[in-house]
Amino acid sequence: MSILVIAEHDNLELKPATLNTVAAARQIGGEITLLVAGANCQAVADAAAKVDGVAKVLLADNAAYEHQLAENISKLVLSVASGYSHILAGATTTAKNILPRVAALLDVNQISEIIAVESPDTFKRSIYAGNAIATVQSTDAVKVMTVRATAFDAAAAGNGSATIEAVSENCDAGTSTFIAEELAKSDRPELTAASVVISGGRGMGNGENFAMLEKVADKLGAAVGASRAAVDAGFVPNDMQVGQTGKMVAPELYIAVGISGAIQHLAGMKDSKVIVAINKDEEAPIFQVADYGLVADLFEVVPELEQKL
Amino acid sequence: MKVLVAVKRVIDYNVKVRVKSDNTDVDLANVKMALNPFCEIAVEEAVRLKEAGTADEVVVVSIGSKSCEEQLRTALALGADRAIRIDTADSPDSLSVAKLLAKVVEAEQPGMVILGKQAIDSDNNQTGQMLAALLDRPQGTFASAVKVDGDKLQVTREVDGGLQTVELAMPAIVTTDLRLNEPRYASLPNIMKAKRKPLDVKTADELGVTVGSNISLLKVENPPQRQAGIKVGSVDELVEKLKNEAKVI
Ligand SMILES: Cc1cc2nc3c(=O)[nH]c(=O)nc-3n(C[C@H](O)[C@H](O)[C@H](O)COP(=O)(O)OP(=O)(O)OC[C@H]3O[C@@H](n4cnc5c(N)ncnc54)[C@H](O)[C@@H]3O)c2cc1C
Repeated sequence: MSILVIAEHDNLELKPATLNTVAAARQIGGEITLLVAGANCQAVADAAAKVDGVAKVLLADNAAYEHQLAENISKLVLSVASGYSHILAGATTTAKNILPRVAALLDVNQISEIIAVESPDTFKRSIYAGNAIATVQSTDAVKVMTVRATAFDAAAAGNGSATIEAVSENCDAGTSTFIAEELAKSDRPELTAASVVISGGRGMGNGENFAMLEKVADKLGAAVGASRAAVDAGFVPNDMQVGQTGKMVAPELYIAVGISGAIQHLAGMKDSKVIVAINKDEEAPIFQVADYGLVADLFEVVPELEQKL
Repeated sequence: MKVLVAVKRVIDYNVKVRVKSDNTDVDLANVKMALNPFCEIAVEEAVRLKEAGTADEVVVVSIGSKSCEEQLRTALALGADRAIRIDTADSPDSLSVAKLLAKVVEAEQPGMVILGKQAIDSDNNQTGQMLAALLDRPQGTFASAVKVDGDKLQVTREVDGGLQTVELAMPAIVTTDLRLNEPRYASLPNIMKAKRKPLDVKTADELGVTVGSNISLLKVENPPQRQAGIKVGSVDELVEKLKNEAKVI
């Protein structure tokens, strides 16, 4: 078996999701190749070469790959795909955009967001907003899969010495162009990789009130998340949404503030180790999954919590 | 311009699904079904394009047994002009769906195809991308804004880091995210009118597609259940528990 893992990066740094994906690849077994496709991304390839368990790095450095446009990257992946039994990537929005395209070009299905490797052809994944876990087996010639980062402990980032091979293919489909991006800037840890997450919901009332959560986050080294209702209401940007159709998080500690606990929200956080819920409604479903519930007005207790930490 | 919208019949998002006791699948008997919420957003976007004069016809298509005509009627009541059902067993895999949709696209020649980014049952998030690949057309996935500009389409996408805007040559494929629009409710007169709108049925055979899958479902289980913990009476108690009992701060 031989596995191709598509690296997640921003042309400067290798992103943590790659390490969890490599960990899943190691469970499948076989030689692991990391594909780094981007522009001026040698530093990423250097970091990729050091990841534990990686035998080879393919570096496709071309302007056409700078913004990870699916039309171009899928063609590139197809051009190097021959010989691999598995093609994997972390279940990020980048890979979710690209990988199904790769699967269709290879005339195979994709297994989305696996959470466990049972054998090289059998995997577990969550369905119905995490209310059921399916075990699926694939007889496709190539298994194309995305990997839920929180389900696999990251491979170590520093001891390997894989060879780096350049890929010169220029796969510009010419049908899509990058125009702009608005990326959230934050000194806090990345939501999906943070060990503590504090999230606010509709109960926060407005965007300014999220400052209360940020103060707690600063004391705990936490990331700040949100429910869909808080994003829809315009309190905070979309990249903060935790849930079935947002980000999956599984920190050591998750603090839900003014969040009712709809199944779609629970889908994104119920694998957290310890869950705290602060809600003024003692009937709120969030308390059914919380290890520690505090029935209180968040506007009173969140500032108090910040002081007492 | 014609806009094609693909829609899926799924469990209603308010219903908590149960796993069958023999672990073969989830139990959908007597469960309330609905239009997948992301598909509803897709229909709404197409109808708005028509209302804005950008599109002149909205065609909805669904793949499955006769029961999904209910969701096609819903889409017609929301403003789609006509519907196509491709008759198959329920829940064919994403690749088969994409292949069937590609045949419909070849026949209908729309300027844009809009799909939901994910169905809330399988949570796959694949079909739009697969369709785009099979047609060799560009895609704007997880869209929170869509703007037609001549033969170009600008799509703002919800990505992990924030928002990304891309420009696509049309025909293009769009998949919807939650913030694209807020779907309307169908009015009673429109629900009545929808009953008379055309709904064609085709078979996979007629389209020359073999529906099958190399993925088999071996088992469906309940996820590990969390137990409700305790209620604490004060912030002091909470901090104490997190420090000394849970040891997470
Ligand atoms: C297709 C689809 C996808 C979805 N995807 C997601 C997703 O990915 N993530 C997600 O989160 N949701 C998702 N949802 C939405 C989900 O169904 C809920 O609507 C949403 O999670 C509710 O957010 P909320 O808990 O913040 O708001 P509400 O349900 O309105 O809850 C607000 C809570 O705040 C409490 N509160 C109010 N004021 C105070 C106060 N002063 N002090 C303390 N508590 C207070 C209230 O008691 C209440 O429990 C999705 C829905 C659909 C249909």
